[in-house]
Amino acid sequence: MSRVAWQLATVKAIKPETPRVKTFTLALPNWTPQLAGQHYDLRLTADGGYQAERSYSIASPPEQTGEIELTVELVNEGEVSGYLFEGVAVGDQLEVRGPIGGYFVWRGEPSAPPLLLVGGGSGVVPLMAMLRHRRALGLRTPAVLLFSVRSPEEVIYQAELEALAQADDSFTLLLDYTRQAPPGWAGYHRRLDAAMLAEVVARFGAAQPQAFVCGPTGFVESVANGLQAAGLPPEMILTERFGPTRG
Amino acid sequence: MFLSQPFLSLSHPVLMGIFTNRGFQPKRPTNPKLPPGQYETTDFPVLTAGPTPRIALTNWEFRLEGLVEEPVKWSWEEFNKLPMQDFNPDIHCVTKWSKFDTHWRGVSVDTLLEHVKLRPEAQFVTEFSYGGYTTNLPLADLLGGKAFVGLQFEGQPLAPEHGGPARLVVPHLYFWKSAKWIQGLRFTAQDEPGFWERGGYSMYGDPWKEQRYRDDDDDQASPSSLRL
Ligand SMILES: Cc1cc2nc3c(=O)[nH]c(=O)nc-3n(C[C@H](O)[C@H](O)[C@H](O)COP(=O)(O)OP(=O)(O)OC[C@H]3O[C@@H](n4cnc5c(N)ncnc54)[C@H](O)[C@@H]3O)c2cc1C
Repeated sequence: MSRVAWQLATVKAIKPETPRVKTFTLALPNWTPQLAGQHYDLRLTADGGYQAERSYSIASPPEQTGEIELTVELVNEGEVSGYLFEGVAVGDQLEVRGPIGGYFVWRGEPSAPPLLLVGGGSGVVPLMAMLRHRRALGLRTPAVLLFSVRSPEEVIYQAELEALAQADDSFTLLLDYTRQAPPGWAGYHRRLDAAMLAEVVARFGAAQPQAFVCGPTGFVESVANGLQAAGLPPEMILTERFGPTRG
Repeated sequence: MFLSQPFLSLSHPVLMGIFTNRGFQPKRPTNPKLPPGQYETTDFPVLTAGPTPRIALTNWEFRLEGLVEEPVKWSWEEFNKLPMQDFNPDIHCVTKWSKFDTHWRGVSVDTLLEHVKLRPEAQFVTEFSYGGYTTNLPLADLLGGKAFVGLQFEGQPLAPEHGGPARLVVPHLYFWKSAKWIQGLRFTAQDEPGFWERGGYSMYGDPWKEQRYRDDDDDQASPSSLRL
């Protein structure tokens, strides 16, 4: 059977991450190990045969065998995210195929350069897969996650990210709240800009990091430009664009 | 012909129709202009593996090379003097969006090919771009008005994030076959996989056959993995 054939997954668990984001754990009859950063395609079929297909990054690391986790943000009027959010319960089946994607991946080689992960909103999902893979491998590759969210209730994976930052001093979590910040917040509190990116790149000193940038289209455009302005060569910047720009 | 068709192929409508998602209702009108698995969008989303290159027009050039008797190249100024046409294609991106009735102005590949003599072995083309992107397709898919180098989009110079200053547009294939920041065409004897193709995407990319990945191709000669 071909690696990318459609298969019927069973929803094993559903976990709310934020008011507008849920993680679905899918048990797969034909699981093959993915690379951190790859995605699955998901297809919904209506009674008349109408189908809608979307891509979702894999949140779980390849060490979590036999299943994948997809973390889905509810998009206003979203055809697929709306159904997943409201119409799907544990025990239901969903058609998926994957793993897919060959360039926005981190293989976790011990000799790999330091990691600069920049995520906007649900763009953090494939970056989380990389961090989970790194943790599972016990690697100490220096890693920084710059995670841009609008407000405190939108921080996907917050508890896990904070625990990781506590336990592993080679990992730095930098949150950027673009609208509301929590009370007493001393970190970044503005739209992510070139000066912020230059500061973050400077943290790596002489070592040139491999950057992974993921989020809405406009976010990825401006981050990728800012990283180049901060001196990173284009070949050290990998991007994944999830969709339309948000306000 | 009849016998060579397996009776119950996986794409057989009876088998395909078995699974439905309870309670799932389409939210978008269906449209016969929409290939399978696609949805219509009115924005112009962006798909690129890396940052957007900025190309100075003074350094820009466009080349035809490979299996030609004599390679040619044009500067930006020279290229803009070539005869231009208007094109109104529907475009289909492999990330599932389609956009109908877009307005472009540019130079047809047929016009460009009047300036070179192709060698008879030339059967395929590698499009190559500023920034190192490449993509491959059969030569025949660029001929007969099927493809053009677009310089203007919706009445404006083509924006860098959409491939400006110039993008090759091959609307009948998935849009990754329409190389942004195009620098030239290399004519080859063999079909040589480009950037996404080496990563497991389809060699041909026909949206109407939903050829997204290598395993979706007609020949399926080498069961590919999606890994580089
Ligand atoms: C490679 C890849 C990986 C992805 N991974 C994830 C992931 O891990 N988690 C995740 O939640 N999404 C992810 N996406 C986005 C996802 O594929 C869908 O686009 C998204 O869920 C919206 O689909 P929908 O059917 O709900 O909305 P649609 O019905 O397609 O759109 C409804 C409205 O929302 C707008 N819209 C569409 N997509 C977005 C978006 N991403 N952001 C804001 N507005 C939008 C549309 O323009 C439209 O107006 C990924 C996309 C790609 C290409």
